[in-house]
Amino acid sequence: MKLGILFSGGKDSTFAMYLAKKEGYKISCLISIFSKNKESFMFHTPSIEMVKEQSKVMEIPLIVVKTKGEKEKELKDLEIAIKKAIKKYKIKGVVTGTIESVYQSTRVQKICNKLNIGCFNPLWQKNQFELLNDLIKNKFEVIISGISAGGFNASWLGRRINKNMINELKNLNNKYRINPAFEGGEAETFVTNCPLFKRKLKIVSFTDFGSENSWGREIKVK
Amino acid sequence: MILIINICKEKLHYYEFIKPIKDILDKNNVDFLIKHYKNIKKEDLQKSDKIIICGTSLMDNEFIKYTNKFNWIKNFNKPVLGICGGMEIIGLAFCGKLKRKTEIGFYEEKFNKQFLGLKNIQKVYHLHNYYINFNNINEFGIFCSSGKISQAVKHNQKQIYGVLFHPEVRQKELITNFLN
Repeated sequence: MKLGILFSGGKDSTFAMYLAKKEGYKISCLISIFSKNKESFMFHTPSIEMVKEQSKVMEIPLIVVKTKGEKEKELKDLEIAIKKAIKKYKIKGVVTGTIESVYQSTRVQKICNKLNIGCFNPLWQKNQFELLNDLIKNKFEVIISGISAGGFNASWLGRRINKNMINELKNLNNKYRINPAFEGGEAETFVTNCPLFKRKLKIVSFTDFGSENSWGREIKVK
Repeated sequence: MILIINICKEKLHYYEFIKPIKDILDKNNVDFLIKHYKNIKKEDLQKSDKIIICGTSLMDNEFIKYTNKFNWIKNFNKPVLGICGGMEIIGLAFCGKLKRKTEIGFYEEKFNKQFLGLKNIQKVYHLHNYYINFNNINEFGIFCSSGKISQAVKHNQKQIYGVLFHPEVRQKELITNFLN
């Protein structure tokens, strides 16, 4: 079955794609939404344009649709993007990296059901520490590209997810009840290398913006 | 030993519909065996203490064509829990009729009687295009319904339970109560 990946460039959509490929599915395209709204409930925003570079190193075509990111209206733009993927790449289903968010899951499920294609959520209900450990076990190189929660600060930007970070996240989870894999929007991530990439992406520059417990890092990779 | 039955045609759905149930059993240190419904043998049923028939996705409904694979349910005397598609299978095994109704996302459902630990109003996660009206099946009592849509049912004599919603999302205790 040909699948399209709802792709943000972060750890969840990339790992969901990895599982789809491992199970023998054909990954026909990536589908990314570039949102102007940095507070979007649906779409990842930091460094989103770098999905173009990730698409190149995976040699998988990318469909991009831009949205103003207005709540619910952005779903129309997502539907347009999926329709494009159906038309151009004949996909029969989409894959998401949703873990816990019923808000996101419900909306994507409704669009897929309307368009008569399958919806796959291979990380659904997955234990978030298990996910972080799976990323390390499967040689995913993932950095933090944004933070937005108590317990975090600008020093987290650019850090790579590793065993030490998982231990810190356990402490933060105990202290602040944060979602350790950031499913509540506590942080955003960017994948610089994984088994799907033909080569590692190198960070060539970055700009940080924000204050206190809310920071983003716009990175450039090549 | 608990037999977890996978009704999905698509391999990738294992992670979404079977693994969350497996994780609950793991957490409770319960032994289990996972099998696809097409591969179930008599011995699997004999050695199981209880059975959970998991759900599937909106578009993955091949199991409906193979309801004969579930003929064993009607004469099975050990506890069974059917989730979503699994509940539809139970209804079909007892000669219920499949009706079309799409419900996706959170819905509030009211339980008339306690059902595997659930009572009063519960916010449950729905993901289905079909349902079975168990009002037309004499062997079952309805514990929760919305209009004609039976949401939680139990066989009047046996421990055969069905839920149309997905308890693995927000009502994990229903599954642990079934295990206990």
